[in-house]
Amino acid sequence: MKSNKDKSDEDKDGMKRVGREAKERMSSQMENRKKRKNIRCACFALLALGIVSVAFWGYRFAPYDPLETNFTQKLMPPSMAHPFGTDNVGRDVLSRVLCGAGNSFKLVFLMLAIVVVIGTAVGIISGYFGGILDTVLMRITDILLAFPDTIFAIAIVGMIGPGLLHTVVALAFVWWTKYARMARGMTAVIRNQDYVIQAQFGGVRTPGILLRYVLPNILPQVIVMTALDVGGMMLSLAGLSFLGLASQPPAPEWGYMLYEGKSYLQTAPWIMIFAGLAIFLTVMVFNLLGDSLRDVLDPKEWE
Amino acid sequence: MAKYTAKRLFQLIVVLFGVTFLTFMITQMTPSDPAEMKYVSMGMMPSPELLEQTRQEMGLNDPILVQYGRWLIHALRGDLGVSSKFSEPVLTQMMKKLPYTLELAGVAMILVIAVSFPLGILSAVKKNRVADILIRFFSFFGISMPNFWMALLLMYVFAVRLKWFRVVSTNDLRGIVLPAVALSISMIGSYTRQIRTAFLEELSQPYVTGARARGIPEPVILLCHVLPNAIFPVVTLIGLSVGQLLGGTAIIETIFSWQGIGNMVVEAIRVRDYPLIQGYVIWMAVIYVVVNLLVDLFYQFCDPKIRLNQINQIRIKR
Repeated sequence: MKSNKDKSDEDKDGMKRVGREAKERMSSQMENRKKRKNIRCACFALLALGIVSVAFWGYRFAPYDPLETNFTQKLMPPSMAHPFGTDNVGRDVLSRVLCGAGNSFKLVFLMLAIVVVIGTAVGIISGYFGGILDTVLMRITDILLAFPDTIFAIAIVGMIGPGLLHTVVALAFVWWTKYARMARGMTAVIRNQDYVIQAQFGGVRTPGILLRYVLPNILPQVIVMTALDVGGMMLSLAGLSFLGLASQPPAPEWGYMLYEGKSYLQTAPWIMIFAGLAIFLTVMVFNLLGDSLRDVLDPKEWE
Repeated sequence: MAKYTAKRLFQLIVVLFGVTFLTFMITQMTPSDPAEMKYVSMGMMPSPELLEQTRQEMGLNDPILVQYGRWLIHALRGDLGVSSKFSEPVLTQMMKKLPYTLELAGVAMILVIAVSFPLGILSAVKKNRVADILIRFFSFFGISMPNFWMALLLMYVFAVRLKWFRVVSTNDLRGIVLPAVALSISMIGSYTRQIRTAFLEELSQPYVTGARARGIPEPVILLCHVLPNAIFPVVTLIGLSVGQLLGGTAIIETIFSWQGIGNMVVEAIRVRDYPLIQGYVIWMAVIYVVVNLLVDLFYQFCDPKIRLNQINQIRIKR
């Protein structure tokens, strides 16, 4: 009798031990997976940082002046002296790619800053206060969302005239709605959470609630969206500049370099190959960063 | 259903008013004066008095809302002005070019669906196996690929080097191949991903386990049970990518000299043909809005459980 009981106790202990071990194994597996995700994210962040620093300091490593023309050296294929070849007026393509990075990035970051701040602010206000304000703001976003972004940019640039600033304004004009929609949706949920209601009862003023209670809760999503948007924006800008709508030659810019390279497709394909490669790699790195950030900051979406 | 449709139609009217008003306002920002343009196009330099009189006659001194109303009435009758480049009504010009763009967009869309569904399903079924990893890698590749670069590369390889196609596209079956492929590559990437995610979500549902337990063959489960459920997010994506397609055609058409409206508008911008640009923008916006309305109604029609906010969530995630 006693021994039996001992035995069942032992069994129970054994079961518990097995269960505990399994649990530990699971949790250590989860830990590992989380760690791997973090490491991956850090790697992509470093890569992205590398590209950004090339964009801002790359011109120092440019072997030639990106604007200097040299007609004895025009349309040269890649060689030791010109690793990426030269273009139709003898400018060094490598130098132009390096210097063009800065121009492309400055615009993208300018646009992101405008879009994220305005979009998030409008979204939070709209979602928090609701009512007629919300309805009006959301109808405005509806109207703006009716324009595919390229089309709207074509409209603005077509009417006011080509130019970099016009293009940036046109794209930003449509793009903020995306952030406003997201921030509004999340704020509308957060507004009814207990901690917000308690803060209201506790006498925290409205700006305080918006900044200290609502904003921190939607920030991770905003960051993920921003990282994912760098690539998209770069593509949109480059596309418009490729159409010759955002250009300000002779300053190097990747999209416009592709446009120039198009005319020399048959004789000097390297002009368009290297400029396009630069856009492609940049967009890819930022997409990878955005994806892995989403994995880290917002795991439920990816499971 | 009827109530919802009515509500959406009302929203559509509000949006269309906004779209036309916004386009009209952008047109007002043009640096040129229509009254002056009228005389310049006739080849004479009008005096300030004559100019003022003409402005009065053309109604350019009326309040902006009155001008908008007048313009809208004309636009509703199909009168969007006369293109200065082609000296033809804008509508005629659009009607001539639009079929080519729709043809290109349609072929690209068919390509996207035909390629991304099999790839997405295969990727979901073989999760974390070699096929899945390869497909994910290539779809990522496609998403990051600028479509204009893709177009140039395709042109270089297949037209310049291999000479399988002409560099300048002819508006026929042979000419459509390269533009359509260039247009669809990045979309294939995002569709494949979306289909994979949707399938994985559905495959973890209990009804799949139930179907497997009953011994239903796997292909039947995938095509008859999972596919109808997984198709919804993809339909939203189709609605949204109409915008991407119409914008994308502008770039792709210029590269391949495809005679659609995208090519037309880029040319119109170059010669400052404002009525034509205006007509283009309005048409594109209207097409986009109407297609997305149809997508919303399709949802309601097929699955009343899905409420509008869920659709919006998918939109926000994009």
